[in-house]
Amino acid sequence: MMGHVPSTGESAAAKVSDINSARPAGRRLWTNRLASAAMVGAVLLAVIPVGLILYYITVKGMAAMSWEFLSEPTPFSFRRAEGGFLNGLIGTGIMVGLATLVSVPLGILAAIYLQEFGRGLLANLIRFFSDVMTGVPSVFVGLFVYTAFVLPFGFGAVMGAAALAIIMLPIVVRTTEEMLKLVPLELQHGSFALGASKFQTIIRVVLPSALPGITTGVLLAVARAAGETAPLILTALGSLKVTTTLVGEPISALPLLIFDGARNPFAAGQERAWAGALELLALVLIFTLLARIVASRSKISS
Amino acid sequence: MTPSPLTAPASTALPNSAQAPDLTPQVGENGTPAASAAEPVFTIRGLSVYYGGNIALKEVSLDIMPREITAIIGPSGCGKSTFIRCLNRMNDLIPGATVTGDVFYHGQNIYASEVDPVAVRRRIGMVFQRPNPFPKSVYDNIAFGPRINGFKRDLDELVENSLRAAALWDEVKDKLKKSALNLSGGQQQRLCIARAIAVEPDVILMDEPASALDPIATVRIEDLMQELKKQYSIIIVTHNMQQAARVSERTAFLYTEVDEETSSRWGILVEHGETGLIFTRPKDKRTEDYVSGRFG
Repeated sequence: MMGHVPSTGESAAAKVSDINSARPAGRRLWTNRLASAAMVGAVLLAVIPVGLILYYITVKGMAAMSWEFLSEPTPFSFRRAEGGFLNGLIGTGIMVGLATLVSVPLGILAAIYLQEFGRGLLANLIRFFSDVMTGVPSVFVGLFVYTAFVLPFGFGAVMGAAALAIIMLPIVVRTTEEMLKLVPLELQHGSFALGASKFQTIIRVVLPSALPGITTGVLLAVARAAGETAPLILTALGSLKVTTTLVGEPISALPLLIFDGARNPFAAGQERAWAGALELLALVLIFTLLARIVASRSKISS
Repeated sequence: MTPSPLTAPASTALPNSAQAPDLTPQVGENGTPAASAAEPVFTIRGLSVYYGGNIALKEVSLDIMPREITAIIGPSGCGKSTFIRCLNRMNDLIPGATVTGDVFYHGQNIYASEVDPVAVRRRIGMVFQRPNPFPKSVYDNIAFGPRINGFKRDLDELVENSLRAAALWDEVKDKLKKSALNLSGGQQQRLCIARAIAVEPDVILMDEPASALDPIATVRIEDLMQELKKQYSIIIVTHNMQQAARVSERTAFLYTEVDEETSSRWGILVEHGETGLIFTRPKDKRTEDYVSGRFG
Protein backbone atom coordinates (compact mmCIF):
# COMPACT_ATOMS: atom_id res chain seq x y z
CA MET A 1 0.00 0.00 0.00
CA MET A 2 2.71 2.43 1.06
CA GLY A 3 4.51 2.01 -2.21
CA HIS A 4 1.61 3.42 -4.14
CA VAL A 5 1.46 6.67 -2.25
CA PRO A 6 2.68 9.44 -4.61
CA SER A 7 5.17 12.01 -3.45
CA THR A 8 3.12 15.16 -3.75
CA GLY A 9 0.60 16.02 -1.07
CA GLU A 10 -2.15 16.91 -3.48
CA SER A 11 -2.24 13.63 -5.37
CA ALA A 12 -1.75 11.76 -2.09
CA ALA A 13 -5.01 13.23 -0.86
CA ALA A 14 -6.63 12.30 -4.15
CA LYS A 15 -5.26 8.77 -3.80
CA VAL A 16 -6.83 8.43 -0.34
CA SER A 17 -10.24 9.36 -1.67
CA ASP A 18 -9.61 6.99 -4.60
CA ILE A 19 -8.96 4.17 -2.18
CA ASN A 20 -12.10 4.96 -0.27
CA SER A 21 -14.22 5.06 -3.39
CA ALA A 22 -12.60 1.98 -4.91
CA ARG A 23 -13.44 -0.04 -1.85
CA PRO A 24 -17.10 0.02 -1.08
CA ALA A 25 -17.85 -0.22 2.59
CA GLY A 26 -19.69 -3.52 2.32
CA ARG A 27 -17.07 -5.37 0.34
CA ARG A 28 -14.68 -6.33 3.14
CA LEU A 29 -17.54 -7.37 5.30
CA TRP A 30 -18.89 -9.50 2.45
CA THR A 31 -15.50 -11.10 1.80
CA ASN A 32 -15.13 -11.84 5.48
CA ARG A 33 -18.54 -13.48 5.62
CA LEU A 34 -17.80 -15.50 2.52
CA ALA A 35 -14.50 -16.74 3.99
CA SER A 36 -16.16 -17.63 7.30
CA ALA A 37 -18.94 -19.46 5.48
CA ALA A 38 -16.38 -21.35 3.39
CA MET A 39 -14.54 -22.44 6.52
CA VAL A 40 -17.68 -23.56 8.32
CA GLY A 41 -18.72 -25.37 5.13
CA ALA A 42 -15.37 -27.14 4.94
CA VAL A 43 -15.70 -28.28 8.55
CA LEU A 44 -19.20 -29.58 7.89
CA LEU A 45 -18.06 -31.37 4.73
CA ALA A 46 -15.29 -33.02 6.71
CA VAL A 47 -17.60 -34.00 9.57
CA ILE A 48 -20.49 -35.31 7.42
CA PRO A 49 -18.74 -38.55 6.33
CA VAL A 50 -17.63 -39.25 9.91
CA GLY A 51 -21.17 -38.66 11.16
CA LEU A 52 -22.69 -40.86 8.47
CA ILE A 53 -20.21 -43.67 9.15
CA LEU A 54 -20.97 -43.58 12.86
CA TYR A 55 -24.70 -43.36 12.17
CA TYR A 56 -24.90 -46.28 9.73
CA ILE A 57 -22.57 -48.53 11.70
CA THR A 58 -24.55 -47.91 14.89
CA VAL A 59 -28.01 -48.32 13.35
CA LYS A 60 -27.22 -51.28 11.12
CA GLY A 61 -24.86 -52.84 13.63
CA MET A 62 -27.27 -52.60 16.56
CA ALA A 63 -29.94 -54.37 14.47
CA ALA A 64 -27.75 -57.46 14.19
CA MET A 65 -25.98 -57.18 17.55
CA SER A 66 -26.79 -59.81 20.15
CA TRP A 67 -25.15 -61.82 22.91
CA GLU A 68 -25.02 -64.71 20.48
CA PHE A 69 -23.09 -62.57 18.02
CA LEU A 70 -20.48 -61.73 20.67
CA SER A 71 -20.14 -65.26 22.06
CA GLU A 72 -20.42 -67.61 19.02
CA PRO A 73 -18.02 -68.23 16.14
CA THR A 74 -18.98 -67.71 12.50
CA PRO A 75 -21.16 -70.41 10.92
CA PHE A 76 -19.99 -72.31 7.84
CA SER A 77 -22.59 -70.78 5.58
CA PHE A 78 -23.21 -67.08 5.00
CA ARG A 79 -26.89 -67.91 4.57
CA ARG A 80 -27.39 -69.01 8.15
CA ALA A 81 -28.54 -66.26 10.47
CA GLU A 82 -26.97 -67.64 13.64
CA GLY A 83 -23.47 -67.37 15.07
CA GLY A 84 -21.19 -64.38 15.41
CA PHE A 85 -17.62 -63.14 15.28
CA LEU A 86 -16.06 -64.63 18.42
CA ASN A 87 -13.30 -66.18 16.29
CA GLY A 88 -12.49 -62.75 14.88
CA LEU A 89 -12.65 -61.01 18.25
CA ILE A 90 -10.15 -63.44 19.75
CA GLY A 91 -7.92 -63.32 16.66
CA THR A 92 -7.87 -59.51 16.66
CA GLY A 93 -7.18 -59.49 20.39
CA ILE A 94 -4.24 -61.87 20.07
CA MET A 95 -2.69 -60.29 16.99
CA VAL A 96 -3.13 -56.63 17.96
CA GLY A 97 -1.98 -57.48 21.49
CA LEU A 98 1.16 -59.23 20.29
CA ALA A 99 1.89 -56.48 17.77
CA THR A 100 1.50 -53.84 20.51
CA LEU A 101 3.76 -55.75 22.89
CA VAL A 102 6.50 -55.76 20.26
CA SER A 103 6.10 -52.41 18.54
CA VAL A 104 5.45 -50.09 21.51
CA PRO A 105 8.62 -50.82 23.55
CA LEU A 106 10.72 -50.99 20.38
CA GLY A 107 9.18 -47.82 19.00
CA ILE A 108 9.65 -45.86 22.23
CA LEU A 109 13.26 -47.01 22.56
CA ALA A 110 13.93 -46.05 18.96
CA ALA A 111 12.37 -42.63 19.53
CA ILE A 112 14.50 -42.10 22.65
CA TYR A 113 17.57 -43.00 20.63
CA LEU A 114 16.63 -40.58 17.86
CA GLN A 115 15.85 -37.72 20.22
CA GLU A 116 18.53 -38.12 22.88
CA PHE A 117 21.46 -39.76 21.16
CA GLY A 118 20.71 -39.77 17.45
CA ARG A 119 23.17 -37.65 15.50
CA GLY A 120 24.45 -38.18 12.03
CA LEU A 121 23.84 -40.72 9.33
CA LEU A 122 22.31 -43.61 11.28
CA ALA A 123 19.70 -41.43 12.97
CA ASN A 124 18.78 -39.73 9.72
CA LEU A 125 18.45 -43.11 8.02
CA ILE A 126 16.13 -44.35 10.77
CA ARG A 127 14.06 -41.19 10.51
CA PHE A 128 13.89 -41.42 6.74
CA PHE A 129 12.82 -45.06 6.74
CA SER A 130 10.29 -44.44 9.49
CA ASP A 131 8.70 -41.79 7.31
CA VAL A 132 8.76 -44.06 4.28
CA MET A 133 7.30 -46.93 6.30
CA THR A 134 4.41 -44.76 7.46
CA GLY A 135 3.42 -44.31 3.84
CA VAL A 136 3.95 -47.87 2.65
CA PRO A 137 0.63 -49.48 1.59
CA SER A 138 -0.17 -52.11 4.17
CA VAL A 139 -0.66 -54.81 1.54
CA PHE A 140 3.08 -54.57 0.79
CA VAL A 141 3.80 -55.29 4.42
CA GLY A 142 1.52 -58.31 4.15
CA LEU A 143 3.33 -59.49 1.03
CA PHE A 144 6.68 -59.10 2.76
CA VAL A 145 5.61 -61.14 5.79
CA TYR A 146 4.00 -63.68 3.46
CA THR A 147 7.26 -64.19 1.55
CA ALA A 148 9.54 -64.08 4.56
CA PHE A 149 7.55 -66.00 7.20
CA VAL A 150 4.31 -67.50 5.87
CA LEU A 151 5.95 -69.47 3.05
CA PRO A 152 8.37 -71.28 5.39
CA PHE A 153 6.17 -71.50 8.52
CA GLY A 154 2.56 -71.30 7.35
CA PHE A 155 -0.29 -68.94 8.21
CA GLY A 156 -0.81 -68.00 11.84
CA ALA A 157 -1.39 -65.41 14.53
CA VAL A 158 2.32 -64.62 14.89
CA MET A 159 2.58 -63.87 11.16
CA GLY A 160 -0.41 -61.53 11.37
CA ALA A 161 1.02 -59.88 14.47
CA ALA A 162 4.36 -59.40 12.69
CA ALA A 163 2.66 -57.58 9.84
CA LEU A 164 0.67 -55.39 12.25
CA ALA A 165 3.81 -54.64 14.30
CA ILE A 166 5.63 -53.48 11.17
CA ILE A 167 2.72 -51.15 10.42
CA MET A 168 2.56 -49.83 14.01
CA LEU A 169 6.28 -49.32 14.58
CA PRO A 170 6.88 -46.18 12.47
CA ILE A 171 3.75 -44.53 13.88
CA VAL A 172 4.94 -45.12 17.44
CA VAL A 173 8.48 -43.96 16.62
CA ARG A 174 7.50 -40.72 14.95
CA THR A 175 4.76 -39.65 17.37
CA THR A 176 6.93 -40.49 20.38
CA GLU A 177 9.87 -38.59 18.95
CA GLU A 178 7.68 -35.53 18.37
CA MET A 179 6.43 -35.73 21.96
CA LEU A 180 9.96 -36.08 23.39
CA LYS A 181 11.00 -33.00 21.41
CA LEU A 182 8.35 -31.01 23.27
CA VAL A 183 9.86 -31.74 26.71
CA PRO A 184 11.66 -28.50 27.65
CA LEU A 185 15.45 -28.66 27.75
CA GLU A 186 15.31 -26.75 31.05
CA LEU A 187 13.72 -29.75 32.72
CA GLN A 188 16.51 -32.02 31.56
CA HIS A 189 19.13 -29.52 32.70
CA GLY A 190 17.40 -29.29 36.08
CA SER A 191 17.71 -33.04 36.38
CA PHE A 192 21.36 -33.10 35.29
CA ALA A 193 22.18 -30.31 37.73
CA LEU A 194 20.96 -32.54 40.57
CA GLY A 195 23.49 -35.18 39.62
CA ALA A 196 21.19 -37.35 37.55
CA SER A 197 22.71 -39.48 34.83
CA LYS A 198 21.38 -39.40 31.29
CA PHE A 199 19.51 -42.66 31.88
CA GLN A 200 17.90 -41.38 35.10
CA THR A 201 16.94 -38.13 33.38
CA ILE A 202 15.25 -39.93 30.50
CA ILE A 203 13.42 -42.47 32.69
CA ARG A 204 12.37 -40.12 35.49
CA VAL A 205 11.91 -36.75 33.80
CA VAL A 206 11.65 -36.94 30.02
CA LEU A 207 9.39 -39.98 29.61
CA PRO A 208 6.90 -39.05 32.36
CA SER A 209 6.61 -35.52 30.96
CA ALA A 210 5.89 -36.88 27.48
CA LEU A 211 3.61 -39.70 28.64
CA PRO A 212 0.22 -38.23 27.61
CA GLY A 213 1.49 -37.56 24.09
CA ILE A 214 3.12 -40.97 23.81
CA THR A 215 -0.17 -42.56 24.86
CA THR A 216 -1.93 -40.75 22.02
CA GLY A 217 0.62 -42.03 19.53
CA VAL A 218 0.30 -45.61 20.78
CA LEU A 219 -3.49 -45.36 20.52
CA LEU A 220 -3.28 -44.16 16.95
CA ALA A 221 -1.08 -47.11 16.11
CA VAL A 222 -3.37 -49.62 17.88
CA ALA A 223 -6.46 -48.24 16.15
CA ARG A 224 -4.71 -48.46 12.81
CA ALA A 225 -3.61 -52.05 13.44
CA ALA A 226 -7.05 -53.12 14.66
CA GLY A 227 -8.58 -52.01 11.38
CA GLU A 228 -5.99 -53.47 8.99
CA THR A 229 -7.40 -56.06 6.59
CA ALA A 230 -5.11 -56.53 3.60
CA PRO A 231 -1.96 -57.67 5.42
CA LEU A 232 -3.99 -60.14 7.49
CA ILE A 233 -5.42 -61.83 4.41
CA LEU A 234 -1.85 -62.66 3.45
CA THR A 235 -0.62 -63.63 6.91
CA ALA A 236 -3.47 -64.80 9.17
CA LEU A 237 -5.67 -65.96 6.29
CA GLY A 238 -8.85 -66.17 8.36
CA SER A 239 -10.67 -69.04 9.99
CA LEU A 240 -14.17 -69.98 11.08
CA LYS A 241 -12.81 -71.71 14.15
CA VAL A 242 -12.10 -70.15 17.53
CA THR A 243 -8.38 -70.72 18.04
CA THR A 244 -5.60 -69.44 20.22
CA THR A 245 -2.83 -71.30 18.42
CA LEU A 246 -0.02 -68.86 17.64
CA VAL A 247 1.85 -70.58 14.82
CA GLY A 248 0.85 -73.03 12.11
CA GLU A 249 -2.89 -72.54 12.10
CA PRO A 250 -4.85 -69.81 10.27
CA ILE A 251 -6.63 -67.40 12.58
CA SER A 252 -9.38 -64.88 11.98
CA ALA A 253 -9.71 -61.20 12.77
CA LEU A 254 -12.66 -58.80 12.90
CA PRO A 255 -11.72 -56.88 9.74
CA LEU A 256 -11.32 -60.16 7.84
CA LEU A 257 -14.80 -61.32 8.87
CA ILE A 258 -16.30 -57.92 8.07
CA PHE A 259 -14.66 -58.10 4.64
CA ASP A 260 -15.95 -61.64 4.01
CA GLY A 261 -19.45 -60.90 5.28
CA ALA A 262 -19.85 -57.65 3.39
CA ARG A 263 -18.88 -59.01 -0.03
CA ASN A 264 -21.18 -62.06 0.03
CA PRO A 265 -24.71 -61.87 -1.45
CA PHE A 266 -26.62 -63.21 1.57
CA ALA A 267 -28.43 -60.95 4.03
CA ALA A 268 -27.45 -62.90 7.13
CA GLY A 269 -23.73 -62.59 6.35
CA GLN A 270 -24.06 -58.88 5.58
CA GLU A 271 -25.85 -58.25 8.85
CA ARG A 272 -23.07 -59.97 10.74
CA ALA A 273 -20.59 -57.69 8.94
CA TRP A 274 -22.46 -54.61 10.20
CA ALA A 275 -22.46 -55.95 13.73
CA GLY A 276 -18.75 -56.76 13.35
CA ALA A 277 -18.03 -53.20 12.27
CA LEU A 278 -19.84 -51.90 15.34
CA GLU A 279 -17.91 -54.32 17.53
CA LEU A 280 -14.57 -53.15 16.11
CA LEU A 281 -15.53 -49.51 16.49
CA ALA A 282 -16.59 -50.08 20.11
CA LEU A 283 -13.36 -51.96 20.84
CA VAL A 284 -11.18 -49.11 19.59
CA LEU A 285 -13.31 -46.60 21.48
CA ILE A 286 -13.16 -48.53 24.75
CA PHE A 287 -9.43 -49.03 24.39
CA THR A 288 -8.92 -45.32 23.72
CA LEU A 289 -10.97 -44.34 26.78
CA LEU A 290 -9.14 -46.81 29.03
CA ALA A 291 -5.74 -45.60 27.90
CA ARG A 292 -6.75 -41.98 28.44
CA ILE A 293 -7.95 -42.76 31.95
CA VAL A 294 -4.73 -44.59 32.78
CA ALA A 295 -2.65 -41.73 31.38
CA SER A 296 -4.58 -39.12 33.35
CA ARG A 297 -4.31 -41.21 36.54
CA SER A 298 -0.55 -41.13 36.28
CA LYS A 299 -0.63 -37.35 36.24
CA ILE A 300 -0.71 -35.59 39.58
CA SER A 301 -3.65 -33.60 40.81
CA SER A 302 -3.47 -29.91 40.17
CA MET B 1 45.77 -39.93 46.75
CA THR B 2 44.75 -37.03 48.92
CA PRO B 3 41.20 -37.13 50.31
CA SER B 4 39.00 -36.46 47.33
CA PRO B 5 36.97 -33.29 47.68
CA LEU B 6 34.35 -34.77 45.37
CA THR B 7 33.50 -37.31 48.03
CA ALA B 8 34.39 -35.65 51.33
CA PRO B 9 32.46 -32.60 52.44
CA ALA B 10 34.49 -29.48 52.56
CA SER B 11 35.69 -28.65 56.03
CA THR B 12 36.38 -25.04 55.55
CA ALA B 13 37.52 -23.24 58.63
CA LEU B 14 36.72 -19.61 58.64
CA PRO B 15 39.58 -17.43 59.79
CA ASN B 16 38.99 -15.74 63.08
CA SER B 17 40.61 -12.40 62.55
CA ALA B 18 39.29 -9.79 60.23
CA GLN B 19 42.52 -8.87 58.54
CA ALA B 20 41.28 -7.43 55.33
CA PRO B 21 39.60 -4.06 55.51
CA ASP B 22 36.01 -4.82 54.83
CA LEU B 23 33.88 -2.45 52.88
CA THR B 24 30.89 -4.61 52.13
CA PRO B 25 28.04 -3.69 54.45
CA GLN B 26 26.70 -7.28 54.58
CA VAL B 27 29.94 -8.63 55.90
CA GLY B 28 30.25 -5.85 58.40
CA GLU B 29 26.72 -6.46 59.68
CA ASN B 30 26.90 -10.10 60.54
CA GLY B 31 30.45 -9.86 61.67
CA THR B 32 31.74 -12.63 59.45
CA PRO B 33 35.16 -11.68 58.24
CA ALA B 34 36.07 -12.09 54.63
CA ALA B 35 37.49 -15.55 54.30
CA SER B 36 40.66 -14.43 52.65
CA ALA B 37 42.89 -16.91 54.41
CA ALA B 38 40.62 -19.88 53.77
CA GLU B 39 41.26 -22.38 51.03
CA PRO B 40 39.34 -21.41 47.92
CA VAL B 41 36.47 -23.66 46.82
CA PHE B 42 37.31 -23.08 43.20
CA THR B 43 40.66 -22.18 41.76
CA ILE B 44 40.08 -21.29 38.13
CA ARG B 45 43.08 -20.89 35.85
CA GLY B 46 43.08 -19.91 32.19
CA LEU B 47 39.51 -21.01 31.57
CA SER B 48 38.33 -20.56 28.00
CA VAL B 49 35.13 -21.75 26.36
CA TYR B 50 34.51 -22.25 22.67
CA TYR B 51 31.18 -22.83 20.96
CA GLY B 52 31.77 -24.68 17.72
CA GLY B 53 35.23 -23.13 17.31
CA ASN B 54 34.18 -19.58 18.20
CA ILE B 55 35.64 -18.33 21.44
CA ALA B 56 33.02 -17.25 23.97
CA LEU B 57 35.06 -16.80 27.12
CA LYS B 58 38.79 -16.11 27.20
CA GLU B 59 41.39 -16.94 29.81
CA VAL B 60 39.48 -16.43 33.04
CA SER B 61 41.47 -16.96 36.24
CA LEU B 62 39.68 -16.50 39.54
CA ASP B 63 39.47 -17.90 43.07
CA ILE B 64 36.08 -18.52 44.67
CA MET B 65 36.00 -18.44 48.47
CA PRO B 66 33.90 -20.75 50.63
CA ARG B 67 30.85 -19.78 52.70
CA GLU B 68 30.29 -16.50 50.98
CA ILE B 69 28.47 -15.14 47.99
CA THR B 70 30.40 -14.34 44.86
CA ALA B 71 28.58 -12.27 42.27
CA ILE B 72 29.40 -12.42 38.58
CA ILE B 73 28.32 -9.20 36.87
CA GLY B 74 28.68 -7.81 33.39
CA PRO B 75 26.70 -6.73 30.36
CA SER B 76 24.55 -9.12 28.35
CA GLY B 77 26.46 -11.58 26.22
CA CYS B 78 29.73 -11.26 28.14
CA GLY B 79 29.77 -14.94 29.06
CA LYS B 80 28.51 -14.84 32.66
CA SER B 81 26.24 -17.84 32.19
CA THR B 82 28.87 -19.62 30.13
CA PHE B 83 31.34 -19.10 32.96
CA ILE B 84 29.11 -20.36 35.76
CA ARG B 85 28.13 -23.40 33.69
CA CYS B 86 31.78 -24.40 33.56
CA LEU B 87 31.83 -24.83 37.33
CA ASN B 88 29.54 -27.87 37.35
CA ARG B 89 30.27 -29.01 33.81
CA MET B 90 26.84 -28.08 32.51
CA ASN B 91 28.56 -26.91 29.33
CA ASP B 92 29.20 -30.59 28.62
CA LEU B 93 25.51 -30.79 27.71
CA ILE B 94 25.74 -28.14 25.00
CA PRO B 95 26.68 -29.67 21.66
CA GLY B 96 29.80 -28.11 20.24
CA ALA B 97 30.97 -26.51 23.47
CA THR B 98 34.60 -27.09 24.45
CA VAL B 99 36.30 -25.96 27.63
CA THR B 100 40.03 -25.44 28.02
CA GLY B 101 41.98 -24.45 31.11
CA ASP B 102 41.63 -25.74 34.64
CA VAL B 103 38.91 -25.58 37.25
CA PHE B 104 40.18 -26.92 40.56
CA TYR B 105 37.47 -27.76 43.07
CA HIS B 106 39.16 -28.10 46.47
CA GLY B 107 42.32 -28.82 44.58
CA GLN B 108 40.91 -31.41 42.20
CA ASN B 109 40.59 -30.58 38.53
CA ILE B 110 36.96 -31.23 37.60
CA TYR B 111 37.95 -31.40 33.92
CA ALA B 112 40.43 -34.20 34.54
CA SER B 113 39.62 -37.23 32.45
CA GLU B 114 38.88 -39.49 35.43
CA VAL B 115 36.29 -37.13 36.92
CA ASP B 116 32.67 -38.04 36.28
CA PRO B 117 30.59 -34.92 35.53
CA VAL B 118 27.65 -36.55 37.30
CA ALA B 119 29.72 -36.69 40.52
CA VAL B 120 30.67 -33.04 40.05
CA ARG B 121 27.03 -31.99 39.77
CA ARG B 122 26.12 -33.88 42.93
CA ARG B 123 28.52 -31.68 44.88
CA ILE B 124 27.81 -28.47 42.98
CA GLY B 125 24.13 -27.67 42.63
CA MET B 126 22.56 -25.18 40.27
CA VAL B 127 19.53 -22.91 40.15
CA PHE B 128 18.50 -21.62 36.76
CA GLN B 129 17.26 -18.32 35.42
CA ARG B 130 13.74 -19.54 34.82
CA PRO B 131 12.21 -21.72 37.55
CA ASN B 132 12.16 -25.25 36.16
CA PRO B 133 10.26 -27.49 38.59
CA PHE B 134 9.54 -30.95 37.24
CA PRO B 135 5.89 -31.62 36.35
CA LYS B 136 5.59 -33.66 39.53
CA SER B 137 4.30 -32.96 43.03
CA VAL B 138 6.11 -30.57 45.36
CA TYR B 139 7.27 -33.54 47.41
CA ASP B 140 8.55 -35.50 44.42
CA ASN B 141 10.42 -32.46 43.14
CA ILE B 142 12.43 -32.26 46.37
CA ALA B 143 12.77 -36.03 46.65
CA PHE B 144 14.04 -36.38 43.07
CA GLY B 145 17.70 -35.69 43.81
CA PRO B 146 17.93 -37.79 47.00
CA ARG B 147 16.14 -40.67 45.29
CA ILE B 148 18.44 -40.82 42.29
CA ASN B 149 21.39 -40.59 44.65
CA GLY B 150 20.19 -43.60 46.64
CA PHE B 151 19.13 -41.73 49.77
CA LYS B 152 18.15 -44.32 52.38
CA ARG B 153 17.18 -42.33 55.47
CA ASP B 154 13.94 -40.53 56.30
CA LEU B 155 12.86 -38.89 53.06
CA ASP B 156 9.93 -37.04 54.66
CA GLU B 157 12.28 -35.36 57.10
CA LEU B 158 14.72 -34.41 54.35
CA VAL B 159 11.94 -32.90 52.25
CA GLU B 160 10.71 -30.86 55.20
CA ASN B 161 14.20 -29.67 56.12
CA SER B 162 14.99 -28.70 52.54
CA LEU B 163 11.75 -26.78 52.19
CA ARG B 164 12.37 -25.06 55.54
CA ALA B 165 15.88 -24.14 54.47
CA ALA B 166 14.43 -22.57 51.33
CA ALA B 167 11.83 -20.67 53.41
CA LEU B 168 9.02 -22.41 51.58
CA TRP B 169 7.75 -24.98 54.09
CA ASP B 170 4.96 -22.87 55.62
CA GLU B 171 3.57 -22.05 52.20
CA VAL B 172 3.51 -25.56 50.78
CA LYS B 173 3.24 -27.91 53.77
CA ASP B 174 -0.45 -28.52 53.02
CA LYS B 175 0.04 -29.13 49.31
CA LEU B 176 3.06 -31.39 49.17
CA LYS B 177 1.19 -33.83 46.93
CA LYS B 178 -0.05 -31.13 44.56
CA SER B 179 1.67 -30.24 41.33
CA ALA B 180 4.65 -27.94 41.71
CA LEU B 181 3.51 -26.15 38.56
CA ASN B 182 0.66 -24.57 40.53
CA LEU B 183 3.04 -22.57 42.70
CA SER B 184 3.80 -18.94 41.89
CA GLY B 185 6.99 -18.06 40.04
CA GLY B 186 8.78 -17.01 43.23
CA GLN B 187 7.64 -20.14 45.05
CA GLN B 188 8.78 -22.27 42.13
CA GLN B 189 12.22 -20.70 42.25
CA ARG B 190 12.50 -21.33 46.01
CA LEU B 191 11.34 -24.87 45.31
CA CYS B 192 14.20 -25.22 42.84
CA ILE B 193 16.58 -23.93 45.52
CA ALA B 194 15.12 -26.44 48.01
CA ARG B 195 15.54 -29.15 45.38
CA ALA B 196 19.20 -28.21 44.98
CA ILE B 197 19.74 -28.18 48.76
CA ALA B 198 18.14 -31.61 49.16
CA VAL B 199 21.13 -33.36 47.60
CA GLU B 200 23.30 -31.65 50.22
CA PRO B 201 25.72 -29.96 47.87
CA ASP B 202 28.76 -27.93 48.82
CA VAL B 203 28.31 -25.13 46.31
CA ILE B 204 25.15 -23.62 44.81
CA LEU B 205 25.44 -21.92 41.45
CA MET B 206 22.68 -19.44 40.66
CA ASP B 207 22.24 -18.21 37.10
CA GLU B 208 20.22 -15.00 37.38
CA PRO B 209 17.89 -16.66 39.87
CA ALA B 210 15.67 -13.63 40.35
CA SER B 211 15.57 -12.12 36.88
CA ALA B 212 12.20 -13.71 36.09
CA LEU B 213 10.69 -12.70 39.46
CA ASP B 214 8.92 -9.65 40.78
CA PRO B 215 10.66 -7.39 43.36
CA ILE B 216 8.98 -9.00 46.39
CA ALA B 217 9.93 -12.51 45.31
CA THR B 218 13.42 -11.19 44.52
CA VAL B 219 13.85 -9.88 48.07
CA ARG B 220 12.82 -13.25 49.46
CA ILE B 221 15.39 -15.02 47.31
CA GLU B 222 18.07 -12.54 48.41
CA ASP B 223 17.18 -13.02 52.10
CA LEU B 224 17.31 -16.75 51.55
CA MET B 225 20.78 -16.47 50.05
CA GLN B 226 22.02 -14.71 53.19
CA GLU B 227 20.79 -17.69 55.21
CA LEU B 228 22.21 -20.24 52.81
CA LYS B 229 25.71 -18.80 52.70
CA LYS B 230 26.22 -19.95 56.29
CA GLN B 231 26.31 -23.48 54.95
CA TYR B 232 27.03 -23.21 51.26
CA SER B 233 29.33 -21.37 48.94
CA ILE B 234 27.16 -19.44 46.52
CA ILE B 235 28.05 -18.07 43.12
CA ILE B 236 25.40 -15.87 41.55
CA VAL B 237 25.26 -14.49 38.04
CA THR B 238 23.29 -11.28 37.88
CA HIS B 239 22.89 -8.39 35.50
CA ASN B 240 21.42 -6.42 38.36
CA MET B 241 24.25 -4.43 39.93
CA GLN B 242 22.19 -3.40 42.93
CA GLN B 243 21.55 -7.04 43.62
CA ALA B 244 25.24 -7.85 43.41
CA ALA B 245 26.03 -4.97 45.77
CA ARG B 246 23.31 -6.05 48.21
CA VAL B 247 24.04 -9.73 48.49
CA SER B 248 27.64 -10.52 47.65
CA GLU B 249 30.94 -10.46 49.49
CA ARG B 250 32.98 -10.60 46.32
CA THR B 251 32.26 -9.53 42.78
CA ALA B 252 33.83 -10.46 39.48
CA PHE B 253 33.23 -8.19 36.50
CA LEU B 254 33.15 -9.76 33.05
CA TYR B 255 33.14 -7.69 29.92
CA THR B 256 32.84 -8.26 26.19
CA GLU B 257 35.89 -7.74 24.03
CA VAL B 258 35.34 -7.22 20.32
CA ASP B 259 37.80 -7.96 17.54
CA GLU B 260 37.24 -5.03 15.16
CA GLU B 261 38.46 -6.95 12.12
CA THR B 262 36.49 -10.16 12.46
CA SER B 263 33.77 -8.63 14.65
CA SER B 264 33.92 -11.73 16.82
CA ARG B 265 33.16 -11.18 20.51
CA TRP B 266 34.21 -12.93 23.64
CA GLY B 267 34.03 -12.40 27.38
CA ILE B 268 36.99 -11.62 29.59
CA LEU B 269 37.36 -11.16 33.32
CA VAL B 270 38.19 -7.49 33.82
CA GLU B 271 38.63 -7.49 37.57
CA HIS B 272 37.42 -9.13 40.71
CA GLY B 273 37.62 -8.39 44.39
CA GLU B 274 35.59 -7.45 47.39
CA THR B 275 32.21 -6.16 46.36
CA GLY B 276 32.65 -2.87 48.19
CA LEU B 277 35.88 -2.15 46.38
CA ILE B 278 34.50 -3.11 42.99
CA PHE B 279 31.62 -0.72 43.39
CA THR B 280 33.41 2.16 45.09
CA ARG B 281 37.03 2.03 43.99
CA PRO B 282 37.30 -0.12 40.87
CA LYS B 283 40.79 -0.39 39.43
CA ASP B 284 39.70 -0.64 35.83
CA LYS B 285 38.06 2.14 33.83
CA ARG B 286 35.62 -0.32 32.22
CA THR B 287 34.47 -1.53 35.62
CA GLU B 288 33.99 2.02 36.77
CA ASP B 289 31.97 2.88 33.68
CA TYR B 290 29.82 -0.21 34.08
CA VAL B 291 29.09 0.05 37.81
CA SER B 292 28.37 3.76 37.50
CA GLY B 293 25.81 2.96 34.83
CA ARG B 294 27.60 4.68 31.99
CA PHE B 295 26.94 1.71 29.71
CA GLY B 296 25.72 -1.84 29.76
